[in-house]
Amino acid sequence: MIKRDLQRATYRITILSCSVSNFPKWIYDKVKLILRPTLRRRANALPILIGLLFCLAVTPANAQDWVRTGTSLGAEKVRLAVPDFKSSTSDAQNAALLKAFNDTLWNDLDNSGVVEMVSKSFYPLQVPGQPSDVTLPAWNSPPPNAAMLAFGNLGVMGGKVTVQGWLFDVKNTGTPQVLGKQYSDNGTEEAARFIAHKFADEIIFRLGGGIPGICESKIYFVSDRSGHKEIWVMDYDGSNQKQVTHQGSISLSPRVSPDGARLAFSSLTKSGWEIMMYSLDLNRMVGFPHLGGTNLSPAWSADGFKLAFSSSRSGTSQIYIADASGANLHRVTGNRGPDVSPVWNRKTGSQIAFVSGATGLPQVYTIESDGSNQQRMSDQGYAVSPAWAPNGQFLALSWIRKYGPGAPGSADLYLMDIASKQWVQLTHDGGRNDFPSWAPDGRHIVFQSSRSGKEEIWMMLADGTKIRQLTFTGRNTQPNWSWK
Amino acid sequence: MKHQKMKWFTLVLAMSAVLMLGACKKKAAPPPPPAPPPPAPTASLSANPNTVQQGQSTTLTWETTGATDVSIDGIGAVQPSGSQQVTPAESTTYHLTAKGAGGTQEATARVTVTQSAPPTATAPSPTEEDLFASSIKDIYFDYDKSEIRGDQQSSIQADAQFLSQHSNVNFTVEGHCDERGSTEYNLALGDQRAVSVKTALTQAGVPVSRIKTISYGKEKPFCTESNEACWQQNRRGHFVYQK
Repeated sequence: MIKRDLQRATYRITILSCSVSNFPKWIYDKVKLILRPTLRRRANALPILIGLLFCLAVTPANAQDWVRTGTSLGAEKVRLAVPDFKSSTSDAQNAALLKAFNDTLWNDLDNSGVVEMVSKSFYPLQVPGQPSDVTLPAWNSPPPNAAMLAFGNLGVMGGKVTVQGWLFDVKNTGTPQVLGKQYSDNGTEEAARFIAHKFADEIIFRLGGGIPGICESKIYFVSDRSGHKEIWVMDYDGSNQKQVTHQGSISLSPRVSPDGARLAFSSLTKSGWEIMMYSLDLNRMVGFPHLGGTNLSPAWSADGFKLAFSSSRSGTSQIYIADASGANLHRVTGNRGPDVSPVWNRKTGSQIAFVSGATGLPQVYTIESDGSNQQRMSDQGYAVSPAWAPNGQFLALSWIRKYGPGAPGSADLYLMDIASKQWVQLTHDGGRNDFPSWAPDGRHIVFQSSRSGKEEIWMMLADGTKIRQLTFTGRNTQPNWSWK
Repeated sequence: MKHQKMKWFTLVLAMSAVLMLGACKKKAAPPPPPAPPPPAPTASLSANPNTVQQGQSTTLTWETTGATDVSIDGIGAVQPSGSQQVTPAESTTYHLTAKGAGGTQEATARVTVTQSAPPTATAPSPTEEDLFASSIKDIYFDYDKSEIRGDQQSSIQADAQFLSQHSNVNFTVEGHCDERGSTEYNLALGDQRAVSVKTALTQAGVPVSRIKTISYGKEKPFCTESNEACWQQNRRGHFVYQK
């Protein structure tokens, strides 16, 4: 399902990456026809190249290199109506909590990428607060013409907040109820937001092909807002930002363990750059051996037992693998240039993608974790920061494709199909874009971008749409999305 | 009527003329002063030469007029005019005071005493750290490169020579990169630059035990503008004295 979605996105953007305004529609249609089967059969890679070359040839140098046309926008998404939840008690706190809840629920569903939100201006005047209020014909026909309806109520009583929420299939007039949930927690805005995340995840799980939502996930990142670069954490939507480490030096490259219990990062210590380990359960640093040399960019294997990282303990920076305790350290790569930024294929657990400067400018490679079968993925330019998609098929990376004097290309994010090495460009909007990290649902990517003037954390759907800024204070870099 | 007005005018004019003349007359004829004031004394003081080495003497020459009481601080009362040899131990400002009936006049002369050669050795000499800071040259790199550039070889040789002359100096080589590119890759590149410098110095005879390396990547730039001149400043192996 997701594969198909991403493939669709892939050739859509491939088409769009040449300017469509300069040649007649029949050529465009032909290119589209050529492109359609190419992702299934590699043998057809030649026509696509010819097509692309043709596109490039007819495109004036100063033309915008991509156009968002709105054609072939993929499968129709479920139209979901989400009227504001109603107040079920008369507590004074209700208004504030309802606002936090309703905003969070709407944003979560809107950001999910799996539903189309029906604009509130189409809703009937009477919106339901519980199942008995629902009049199906008012929702399942125009103007709202919704397929699904999420509604409910929230009330505070005795300092506790209780939320009841339902999801109705409004086209199924016989048995419309898909979901009915009740939540109870302390009467705080944070709790109201948390309940909204949980309810949104339930809806997304049912409407998004059985893939769990990401609304309860976290994003770890580096922020300098305390005066030092420290590791911070926030909710996936940018709310609830908190400082995690207090090292007082420079801490970089946070990577949370698959179970969410530990955080590995690299930090400048008295003996140089070392891999550090922080327990998110104990809220304190825990031991990891100091290895000597410059030790950077840890990466967890999917089973949580191993760490891959870059170490220059024996000269040039190379990729090493150790147990999560630091034991059984061994070297994986043996290149000339510095090797850094490893990331595991979490599907197979045996491959690693990394960056090497072995041939000059850094390029992205893959290698088996036993050191065999090293493959170069990027063909040119300056390619760094690979991030392996949860489904194992794609690499997101930061790439300056046209690099060199006279071609001041900017660093943009690209998506590369690992089997075919075909790529699509995801960001086009200026600034330096780096450090992509995949959401556990494989549909979202968080990254750092300087498009607003300074480095901040942004997120988008994996097809490059629905871009949203998450941080605004200080300089914020190197986001890392939790595994669930 | 007109005639009467004219008369009044003449009268007022005459009265004011009388008043003014009377007033002027008093001032115009003061009593003669009892005696002219005595002229203010003048004084000058000079030292020749005004810069001497320690232990050598210089000649102070002074001249005063209209003074009855002349003294120089540190010497005492002196003739109104004269000269005297002095041998100050350190830089001194001689201060002459000439008092007379007309007032007091002062004059000064500065004698600078320079330290002679032997005392230079006993004065606080520049520490090895100072020498290190002033003598050692940082090594600059090309973009995305960690090899020592041809034009940097002379710096390496000069650094190696200094380090062999000051064999008890330990130091750190910091690898720095410009702001372009990825944080993580730049840290690895900075490490490689620091190691390159270390290797080159080791080959030039500096014992490896005296050299530490560290990478700062692009975390501690020397210059923060986004242009090539600034980037070149930031692509370097920087030497830091180790206490």
